[in-house]
Amino acid sequence: MEVAQETLTAPAATETVQVSGSVALLEALIAEGTDTIFGYPGGAIMPIYDALFDYNDKLNHILVRHEQGGIHAGQGYARTSGKVGVVFATSGPGATNLVTGLADAQIDSTPLVCITGQVFAHLLGTDAFQETDVINITTPVTKWNYQVTDATEIPEVIAKAFYIARSGRPGPVLIDITKNAQIQLFDFAGYKPCDHIRSYRPKPIVRTQYIDEAAALINNAKKPFILFGQGVILGSAEQEFKAFVEKSGIPAAWTILGAGAIPTDHPQNVGMLGMHGNYGPNVLTNDCDVLIAIGMRFDDRVTGRLDKYAKQAKVVHLDIDPAEIDKNVKSTVPVWGDCKETLPLLTAAIAKKEYPEWLAKFNDYTKQEVEAVIHNELNPTTPEMTMGEVIKQLNEITKGEAVIVTDVGQHQMVACRYAQFNNTRSNVTSGGLGTMGFALPAAIGAKFGAPNRTVVAIIGDGGFQMTCQELGTIMQSGVDVKIVILNNRFLGMVRQWQELFNQRRYSFVDIQSPDFVALAAAYRIPGKLIDDRADLTTALNEMLSTPGSFLLEVMVTKENNVFPMVPQGCSVSEIRLK
Amino acid sequence: MSEPEEKQEFNITVYTENQIGLLSRIAIIFTRRKINIDSLNTSPSEIDSIHRFNIVINESEDVVRKLTRQIEKQVEVLKVYYHTNEDVIWQELALYKVSTDVIAEKVSVERLLRENGARAVVIRKDYTVFETTGHREETDNLINILQPYGLIEFVRSARVAIIKDSDGFNRKLREFERLEPGEDVIENEYLNQGQKVFTM
Repeated sequence: MEVAQETLTAPAATETVQVSGSVALLEALIAEGTDTIFGYPGGAIMPIYDALFDYNDKLNHILVRHEQGGIHAGQGYARTSGKVGVVFATSGPGATNLVTGLADAQIDSTPLVCITGQVFAHLLGTDAFQETDVINITTPVTKWNYQVTDATEIPEVIAKAFYIARSGRPGPVLIDITKNAQIQLFDFAGYKPCDHIRSYRPKPIVRTQYIDEAAALINNAKKPFILFGQGVILGSAEQEFKAFVEKSGIPAAWTILGAGAIPTDHPQNVGMLGMHGNYGPNVLTNDCDVLIAIGMRFDDRVTGRLDKYAKQAKVVHLDIDPAEIDKNVKSTVPVWGDCKETLPLLTAAIAKKEYPEWLAKFNDYTKQEVEAVIHNELNPTTPEMTMGEVIKQLNEITKGEAVIVTDVGQHQMVACRYAQFNNTRSNVTSGGLGTMGFALPAAIGAKFGAPNRTVVAIIGDGGFQMTCQELGTIMQSGVDVKIVILNNRFLGMVRQWQELFNQRRYSFVDIQSPDFVALAAAYRIPGKLIDDRADLTTALNEMLSTPGSFLLEVMVTKENNVFPMVPQGCSVSEIRLK
Repeated sequence: MSEPEEKQEFNITVYTENQIGLLSRIAIIFTRRKINIDSLNTSPSEIDSIHRFNIVINESEDVVRKLTRQIEKQVEVLKVYYHTNEDVIWQELALYKVSTDVIAEKVSVERLLRENGARAVVIRKDYTVFETTGHREETDNLINILQPYGLIEFVRSARVAIIKDSDGFNRKLREFERLEPGEDVIENEYLNQGQKVFTM
């Protein structure tokens, strides 16, 4: 089919062009600013791939090795670029393989538009070959989904999909397109982006009354404490947040998805919250008088036991999602709205202050934590290396400028605790769902989303083996991803829990691994294994200076634990240092 | 820890776009939390293209408030309200099928209809269908009366409810249709109003 591509996106008002649903889709993606698509073809999405053949110059398609890899790559792309990640998959098994990534993106508020092929409309509901009820399967794990059975719907539906995915609290959207709609020709009158849906309120209107009430609480506080999450980053409110923090003088701690919203070494950045967070922020949560939560949702990994969480504090909660207010922690003053709008109003309404004694309390706890945990972790005397010292060395070489993509487990907590983040959008991890296998494909996407930055994936030996087929994607696309496998020959986090809570009954956590370096070599990716501390700096330098991807396997202590730790079912002030 | 609030019947009213799959999206919000829906009715509203759900559940207000926010978060949902039974006028419709012979011979039909606010919908040689509307205990009452005479079949509808303190959805809708939503569209009034939540 011949199509005058140049004229499609902006035809004259009365001009229409006959195109297929597939071409309309690709034109819509281009109009939305899509440059990269992660995907995997199959029978039910073949017409779209056929059309894509002619769009090589405008759309960069990355052929992944598994649809789960495709969607995690889309997530990594979205998280570093701030744009909407786009993923293609075919019907049936292709679509169901997206489900883990959709759930991950939903809980971590990652904007995605996933396009799945579907069987011909006349076959729907007949158990046709590779037919699954994708809409119903994905309903609980999408912000919105829709099945297209007629090509004429495509421009409007894609416009809605992008608008919904990126606006308000972002999230994943899935559009299922039947094969007949992909093939069907229709009069395409150009693409019109969407900026309003009658039934959809992306963000609540800011009420100045609540800003005033929040400011009064903050101005009268003796020991106020800021908790910030990814909402600051998703709202592109880093500058507004920094201004608020600095004028208020209040100590601020982060959730793992909030890491990097202000630089790690900012004097008021007092560390990480939650189960493996820092000592001071956890203990002092139960000591502060006003808790200011910004773009965070009081996940149970942050709060520990809710009935013993910050009961003494008045709570100011800034969030764009009305459903988050009072969901877990009852707020005294809710500041509903986009924090990019609410923070400047709040900053203007508060007095400039400093809390030297209160801040010193955090520093006292930091000293205790350094003595009990951090010093030994970063400067071990054992012959075997620790995860922490690897992260520390990596930090020093990359000067806190790298994008760190982590998988899930002990290494994730260690990386989040010890990595330096000088810039926003530098910490890409699976926070809410805790998806093992996330990091390798997400790092591929992260590099496409931030092509000028160094991307380092930190992965455990367990998680790596869940999606290691994506080495093939690296090989074929030539993407430059540095991979560090921290190999402790265990499923370390589960083993830690078994040690602490199950009397060292190490049930099925002793995992064997292949020769990772040889595996990388099979994909023509250079690599190296080290198990001697003396080689660490050289090996990290070699990895970072080698053009293209590189896999570095570091053998680390087998039975090392991540501390501090708030045990399950305990209050944040019961955090353990050992 | 504060005492858990007592459970009671709540009527949740949901205004939505007429969209395939939305019923499932809303139902999932309840099933995910293992909350049983006692009654669910969906129908077009007085406004073209907008549907109205009436959902009845037995839960604490805190749970209901969180549920309504989760429902309202759905893209195609325009507005959600919740009310106790005291705040709404509600009805259920019931149909009763009985043998015409039996009922004609053994019952004073006229009295039965009058005393139970019922009416005959269909009268055939072989059976008669009565209809009544009312609250659960009223429609239950007629079952008890007809049961001894060989009640063949019974069916009862979901609950429909009108909110006492409401001036309808037309005015609200106009605000929703504007590109910039009106000041009073947002949902957090309840914080200053104690228990008077989500009133229009």
